[in-house]
Amino acid sequence: MPYLGSEEVVKELRRALSNPNVQADRLRYKNYITKVIRYMTQGLDVSALFMDMVKASATVDIVQKKLVYLYMCTYASDKPDLALLAINTLRKDCADPNPMVRGLALRNMCNFRMPGMTEYIEQPIVAGLRDKASYVRRVAVLGCAKMHSLQPNTEIDGTIVNELYALLRDPDPVVVVNCLRALEEILKDEGGVVINKPIAHHLLNRMKDLDSWAQSEVLTFLLRYRPRSDDELFDILSLLDAFLLSSHAHVAVATLRLFLHLASAHPTVQADALLRTSAPLLATCGAASRELRFAGLCHVQQVMRSQPGLFGTHYKRFFCGYSEPSYIKFRKMEILVELVNDENVSLVLEELRSYCTDVSPELAQAAIAAIGRIARTYSEKCLDILTGLLGLKQDHITSAVIQTFRDLVWFCPQSTAAVCQTVGACVDSPQDSEGKQALLWLLGEHGDQISSAPYVMEGYIDGLKTELSSAVKMELLTAAVKMFLCRPAETQDMLGRPLHYCIEEESDVCVRDRALLYYRLLQRGVEETRKVVTGPKSDPSMSVLTGRQEEPISEWASTFNTLGPLAGCDLCPQTDATSAADQPSCRAENELLPDVTLSSPDDTEEEISLSLGPPLSHETFEKMWLDLETLHRQTLGFPRPRAAPDTLQAALQLVKIQTLAFTPGDTVPWKAYIYTRSTETLILAELLQGDQQAPGSDESLVVSVKQQPVNQHAIRGFVSVLKSVLWPIKSKN
Amino acid sequence: MISQIFILSSKGDHLIYKDFRGEESKDSISVFYEMVTALSGDQPPVVMSHKGLHFIHVRQGGLYWVASTKTNPSPFTIIEFLNRLAALTKDYCGSLSEKSVRMNFALIYELLDEMVVNDFGYIQTTSTDILKNFIQTEAVSSKPFSLFDLSNVGLFGAETQQSKVAPSVAASRPIMSSRGEQGGKNEIFVDVIERLSVVIGSKGVLMKADIQGEIRIKCFLPTCSEMRIGLNEELSIGKSQLKGYSSAVRVDECRFHQAVKLDEFDTFRILKVCPSQGEQTVMQYQLCDELPCAPPFQLFPSVEKDYVNRSVNLSMVLIFLKLRCDLPPKRSVFILHTSITPLPLSILYSMSQELSSPDQTAELQPKNKALLWEIPRFPGGAQLSALFKVDVPGLSSASLLEVGPVSMSFELPKQTCTGLQIRFLRLSPTQTGLSQRWVRYVTHSDSYTIRI
Repeated sequence: MPYLGSEEVVKELRRALSNPNVQADRLRYKNYITKVIRYMTQGLDVSALFMDMVKASATVDIVQKKLVYLYMCTYASDKPDLALLAINTLRKDCADPNPMVRGLALRNMCNFRMPGMTEYIEQPIVAGLRDKASYVRRVAVLGCAKMHSLQPNTEIDGTIVNELYALLRDPDPVVVVNCLRALEEILKDEGGVVINKPIAHHLLNRMKDLDSWAQSEVLTFLLRYRPRSDDELFDILSLLDAFLLSSHAHVAVATLRLFLHLASAHPTVQADALLRTSAPLLATCGAASRELRFAGLCHVQQVMRSQPGLFGTHYKRFFCGYSEPSYIKFRKMEILVELVNDENVSLVLEELRSYCTDVSPELAQAAIAAIGRIARTYSEKCLDILTGLLGLKQDHITSAVIQTFRDLVWFCPQSTAAVCQTVGACVDSPQDSEGKQALLWLLGEHGDQISSAPYVMEGYIDGLKTELSSAVKMELLTAAVKMFLCRPAETQDMLGRPLHYCIEEESDVCVRDRALLYYRLLQRGVEETRKVVTGPKSDPSMSVLTGRQEEPISEWASTFNTLGPLAGCDLCPQTDATSAADQPSCRAENELLPDVTLSSPDDTEEEISLSLGPPLSHETFEKMWLDLETLHRQTLGFPRPRAAPDTLQAALQLVKIQTLAFTPGDTVPWKAYIYTRSTETLILAELLQGDQQAPGSDESLVVSVKQQPVNQHAIRGFVSVLKSVLWPIKSKN
Repeated sequence: MISQIFILSSKGDHLIYKDFRGEESKDSISVFYEMVTALSGDQPPVVMSHKGLHFIHVRQGGLYWVASTKTNPSPFTIIEFLNRLAALTKDYCGSLSEKSVRMNFALIYELLDEMVVNDFGYIQTTSTDILKNFIQTEAVSSKPFSLFDLSNVGLFGAETQQSKVAPSVAASRPIMSSRGEQGGKNEIFVDVIERLSVVIGSKGVLMKADIQGEIRIKCFLPTCSEMRIGLNEELSIGKSQLKGYSSAVRVDECRFHQAVKLDEFDTFRILKVCPSQGEQTVMQYQLCDELPCAPPFQLFPSVEKDYVNRSVNLSMVLIFLKLRCDLPPKRSVFILHTSITPLPLSILYSMSQELSSPDQTAELQPKNKALLWEIPRFPGGAQLSALFKVDVPGLSSASLLEVGPVSMSFELPKQTCTGLQIRFLRLSPTQTGLSQRWVRYVTHSDSYTIRI
């Protein structure tokens, strides 16, 4: 393979390319050029052949030209001096009688990403803007944007901007759209291209000529236009009406977004648009492409936040297909839960019931949880199903059912009696720690209603020594204390054992602390303990009817048809379109060129929000840590928390800070590496104590923060979050 | 706007890589591949983000088609675009596979570079009509396995000998073949493809039935003037319209390609279209909650528990399946996979089976807790049965409840479930008469589930 001995390969290719016999034979020559490109794709460095490739560009064969240009664009930035040699050929091609050659040369010349290119490309671009072939004009228009991106800090060339605005009237639809794109890039700092009334109307009238990609893009640009009057608004809407039902999902959805945005003051129009688009949206949910299906489902979920009833009659469309991947099945189940009503409840439950025995345990558990959600409204039917599932005696099913019971009792207290009866009758107990915790919680909270509770509890207390999970141990302690409060006679003996074990023999600090806490509490007397330990038995904020509140459409309309709904909440960067739409647009209606107003820098008042995002590997972290500069160093003013590593990690995780590594126990200096994400930035930090070199670190924790890209506001927020987490833990011991 | 586009094989080999904006380094390919392979099964892989760079990808032909972007674009646009790119690649290369992409990489670069996609990350055009003027590289078609040509397995598995059926590989060739080689093959294929998704309840009640259908044209004619496609005259659309009595063919709703002219559709059900080279979907339709005919398969299952040796609690599950095909006798189904998942858990020791004919096979897949019964050919009106004995130690009678559902995947050639037919296919008279026209029907099972 070429990965080994690449020098040999390059040498051989050079020999072949410079061989006059090969050069004379067009086919052979082209073959060698193809080979070069193939190696380039595979990742082999063939930049040494640049000179030979430049020579090969002087040909009439367009395919060969294209291949050579592809090569040049890839390596131009590595070999700027050699690339200059190619420019002459390219400039010559820019004057070729064949428009394809002209366009090709111009496009590739603009793609050379190296300093100093501007002086060579400016003249051909300006000439290209007036070319009679639309192909060349398309290339030239985008060339303006490329030229701007080559020297981003220079002043904007007013003549080019004017020319681009004028080209919006070009007969070729692609040129029109390219103009919008180019202007958007060039004027990015000023809020992008301005859509005023003449432009908006012109674009609307051209909509029919555009292809679907351009349509959806123009629809996005139109988001920033605000019609002057209701009459104008309705004219626009009726013009766009047909696009709501476009057979291209992306056009239909983009139109819907524009409708929702424009008609924000007319809820009935919005509702009508949603109703009409429900058909195309549903069609995407059944599309052959899985990815499209997923996108459709995510957007259906958004629509349902405001109009839960819209898809009610189509609930069968959200039944899972046999061969669908599980990420689609999860979404469908989430939707099904929302769609349940009196008519369809039995069918939906039957469907969900059949997923509970799925081969994938995750899917089965999600289906059981979904039934649990429906049980908040239709408890009786669901409890029957859940009880039936316990009969299957499958560990993962039993565990999921018990967890569902726990949540159900909390949210829906009227089902307590039935749940307790079932739990009491259930013979086998869950094996995983989540299931155990759920069962123990139920026993502790509702021990008075489960007759067999003390016996089950006793089994757990006997097994305490072999229990691995500290969370289960803690739950057991709590449950034992609670049960003691309601059934003292049966449990008094039992309670002593776990308390004694956990205080005397347990190695986990948290469990020991918990046991000590209960011990001291019990010393204060039973009444005192009761006051502290027993709380409300159900969520007091829950009413009997747990119907979901309908959100206003504006809540989600701004992220509709963006990546947001697909990626979950992690990703919420402001889109250009919406942020620009929020600014007052159309400042100067009669002038095409608006006066320059600088958009204000990021609002520093906003709350900092951290998120976990995808995990970083140790290597990436290390690399970034070494690469980046320390931006901030601060002494926190208190010593390091002496809690168990797990606890610290969990506490940090709770505020979305990920822990990468710790030094163990009492090592000096003590170090920890953590990271988190905030909007658009990644924060890396080191916690340090007891290092001789770092001033002030012998008594207190010192935090050093590195970040990419820099955002001082986020750092301040991060440090304050960090403080608020570490302060309570350190005082624990 | 799109920063990069790359195509990876399922093993992560770089097949195609194109950077449009120079914002990101080539490392993002490996970043993407690491992320996508690290995902667990239940995490949605479609959109992933890494340091402000978003990867959107689709899987087609076993390959990853990835677009990366720094902005927040419409996911529908990007996904449909990637699908379109894959379709175009298929059109130009004949088929979609790692091999064909490798062989035609120069052509795909040309596609990506030239118009198709993008200049500076903006989609320019994806229409084959415009593209054909710009695309110059010729496709290298990977010759399929030669036995395949000789065998009588034809269109979607149909036998080719009988009458005028085009071989199934006929439509999978590059749209731009060199003039001489395949000269005279001025073919046009019109396919009516329906995807059936059915759930049948435990008592044989039809719980859900959806049909998603489409009419797809694959055109090899270099230039094609207007074509008229006549559908069933009695076709009615929507719930209210009913024409005539029994034979009405009904669909709930339909959508058309924007190039389709519908002026004769309301009265005569004629679609007028000027097909461009390559493949395109001219009409999509769907029918929900109602099947015009009986579902193609009925299953009569019985699941029982039996003891081999009661004293050591060695028990087994007896599964008796009787499957009836309710298609007209002349039709038949090809390659029917029937699978039962899950079976009661624990260790499945062994299975013995009694099948009604030797060409069928049955297999136990303990890893998926599945039993797979494969029927290569199933004539309409016939009835097949199979008895499976699966040894399961320590079986409780409750775990019998866990058995099921039965899922089937199959292909019904020459058949549409809605009854939609193409009455005629006329090219306008100016067209030279050399072109061959093919109409093909096929129904796939999207998901066909029968509860036990």
